[in-house]
Amino acid sequence: MVGLLPMRARGAVTRRRDKVLAGPVDLDLRAGGITVAIGPNGSGKTSLLRMLHGIARLGGGTIDWTCNLRQARAGQAFVFQRPVMLRRSVLANVAFPLRLSGMPRARARARAREWLGRVGLANAADRPATQLSGGEGQKLALARALAGNPEVLFLDEPSASLDGRATREIEAILTDARDAGTKLVMSTHDMGQARRLASEVWFLRGGLLHESAPADAFFAGPATAEARAFLNGDIVE
Amino acid sequence: MNDLWAGLVEAGRLLVTFDADLLEITFRSLRVTLTALALASLIAFPLAALLAVRRFRLRRTVIALLNALMGLPPVVVGLIVYILLSRSGPFGVLVLLFTPTAMIIAQVVIIVPLVASIAHQSLRDLWSEYHDLLISMNATPRQRIAAILWDSRRALLTAALAGFGRAIGEVGAIMIVGGNIDHATRVLTTAIALETGRGDFAMALGLGFVLIALAVVVNLSIHWLGRTEVEARW
Repeated sequence: MVGLLPMRARGAVTRRRDKVLAGPVDLDLRAGGITVAIGPNGSGKTSLLRMLHGIARLGGGTIDWTCNLRQARAGQAFVFQRPVMLRRSVLANVAFPLRLSGMPRARARARAREWLGRVGLANAADRPATQLSGGEGQKLALARALAGNPEVLFLDEPSASLDGRATREIEAILTDARDAGTKLVMSTHDMGQARRLASEVWFLRGGLLHESAPADAFFAGPATAEARAFLNGDIVE
Repeated sequence: MNDLWAGLVEAGRLLVTFDADLLEITFRSLRVTLTALALASLIAFPLAALLAVRRFRLRRTVIALLNALMGLPPVVVGLIVYILLSRSGPFGVLVLLFTPTAMIIAQVVIIVPLVASIAHQSLRDLWSEYHDLLISMNATPRQRIAAILWDSRRALLTAALAGFGRAIGEVGAIMIVGGNIDHATRVLTTAIALETGRGDFAMALGLGFVLIALAVVVNLSIHWLGRTEVEARW
């Protein structure tokens, strides 16, 4: 581990054309635990995660990792809401990022096989990845992201539109990764999931970080009226 | 009707007797076309991938140009290659005119735009699917291109087959730069043109049926080798 964290974002903003998708936000990301971004639809959860990870262009402000940018990029991974399956076997999908970073083929495949075992896809190793179900696909995406041993893992709604069993399996993988020392930053619209997993909560509204607090304090009683309304199930704009 | 029937009979006779001339020009046709196809693929696939992955100023112009050049008239290509290779032309010292090499050059020029255009269509779609993931994984530009080329290999096969189809049946350009010289540059298409001109319709038709059979056999065997349509999506 090179030590990416803490990460400081100051006035960070991302735009598409002239429309601000998220920001400007000031936030600090510290090692350990699971940070969960919540907020109404369109509040910029996905855009914020994409900006912090670096796949959405930073349109202003700064994001500073503790190490240099190249190491920071190498120490992160991202799991998309709709997992992107490479048109290869399940095993080759997991081995792919390891091969990109220069790991020899045999070692990459052994490591990939090990991770497939951990997420319960050992029997699917030779199947085409595009034939997996939604839950299996998301588990594959998790294995692919975690196999590179990232220090920070971003997840955008990792269990959206999955059934209860798949959600439970994915949460188990996530808590294992947290316990192994990976910092997780995820968005969710499932308040139950946020309560189960979060150690820190970011409440977003209109692209801005409206409230940021430790999970216990946040769920006991949010400081802002909008966050209280959101937790009560009211419609918040 | 009589001519068609005679042609079929003639084709059968040519095949059954392993006619030496027929075998020779068939193999020459295959050699010229497959060599041209291999060279064209080597140029067209990386070009198509570059056009899909890289953003540069003239990208849209190049794509539009490639699409337009798909309809390049072979006769004109033949004429230009002829002028370039003729003794007084810039490449005259190479003495390539009226050789199979000249025919290969002309065919490469004709099919590169076609193969690149078709390949680009599918590479572009795959790139839009892979874009975020590959960026997220820090893939270098070279790794991105390698990934989309490898993962769309079946679509590239289709592009190559289209190129093969155009090249194997092409007559205008190779007639001009090859000269249809017996035992040197005569191929199936030029031989058909010659026999038709001489009025030997049975021979011409016989050669034509051999040509069609050749195209079908090559397509089928590549399909089987590539196991296209076996797996659902790629």
